[in-house]
Amino acid sequence: MSKFRQDDHKELPPISTASLPDVVFMLLFFFMVVVQMRDVSLMVKVKVPEATEISKIEKKSLVSYIYIGEPLQQYRKTHGTAPRIQLNDKWAGVADISDFVIVEREARDEAERPQMITALKVDENTKMGIVADVKTELRKAAALHILYSSRKVAKVE
Amino acid sequence: MGKKKLPEVPAASLADIAFMLLIFFLVATQMNVDNGLERRLPQWVEEEQQTDQDVNERNVFVVLVNRNNDLLVENEWSTVAELRDKAKEFMANPNDDPNLPEKELKEVPLFGPTMVTKGVISLQNDRDTKYEMYIAVQNELVGAINDLRNELAQNKFGKPYEKCNDEEQDAIKDIYPSRISEAEPKKVAGGN
Repeated sequence: MSKFRQDDHKELPPISTASLPDVVFMLLFFFMVVVQMRDVSLMVKVKVPEATEISKIEKKSLVSYIYIGEPLQQYRKTHGTAPRIQLNDKWAGVADISDFVIVEREARDEAERPQMITALKVDENTKMGIVADVKTELRKAAALHILYSSRKVAKVE
Repeated sequence: MGKKKLPEVPAASLADIAFMLLIFFLVATQMNVDNGLERRLPQWVEEEQQTDQDVNERNVFVVLVNRNNDLLVENEWSTVAELRDKAKEFMANPNDDPNLPEKELKEVPLFGPTMVTKGVISLQNDRDTKYEMYIAVQNELVGAINDLRNELAQNKFGKPYEKCNDEEQDAIKDIYPSRISEAEPKKVAGGN
């Protein structure tokens, strides 16, 4: 009880939390609009290599993904340790690429089809043999616009 | 009439519900952007039609990567660090060296008649080349062309290539085309 302050019987009113739900909902809607659902669970280990000359793809709807890498630990028993191809949620072989491209193409609007991009997410320790086979299949399927997914770094060691 | 008014629904827990939804979305979604080296593959042609294009030897910049990830540039051992400068020198050919690619006079919009290089970069790799090495080489080659375009844009328009408008970018692309041919992998000699 201070002698100098006469008004300490007056307490500050508590901060109103009535607007808290509104704030949180705003955040929620922001995230719902900005992000996309994680649609595939990776079955292969993919650590993409580093590069400096990166271009960014703005429209995600144009991109379809091909994952190549060693199977994760839990799949090693059934699928071995050699690099494998994963398309969407399934294991695939080189021969499945052209079907995959056709399905992906059918799923897009007619107007978007010429701008489609195939992103190759390939583990950095993969040998080029399997990648070259995939590239040949993509050429046969006329999916010529590709993106070698990589991490942006200032300088490659 | 004498009816009691229903009590208002408490809104205190609304924030908790919204927080829960928010956290669910944070966990279940990803926000990564697609980064990478953008390339265009050549059209597929049937085997029989595949004739060797008649390209003069001096117009081809041959980059070979073998199964041990060694680099051979124009028949010389090289490293990734040196590759960019060599590729730039090849594509630009500033002193009209007879060993470097020919140039031809071409009408380029905004620039007028310009000497445009006929050089092609040919990248060949082995089936056992590591992907990491392949991307490092690709990165340097793409980087060499990007550097040249940037220099030209800086000289001509006083701004980097990225900031130029479409017309200016097209003109620069005409002068420094991105001609990197990715041949089918062969058995590149060396290291068994």
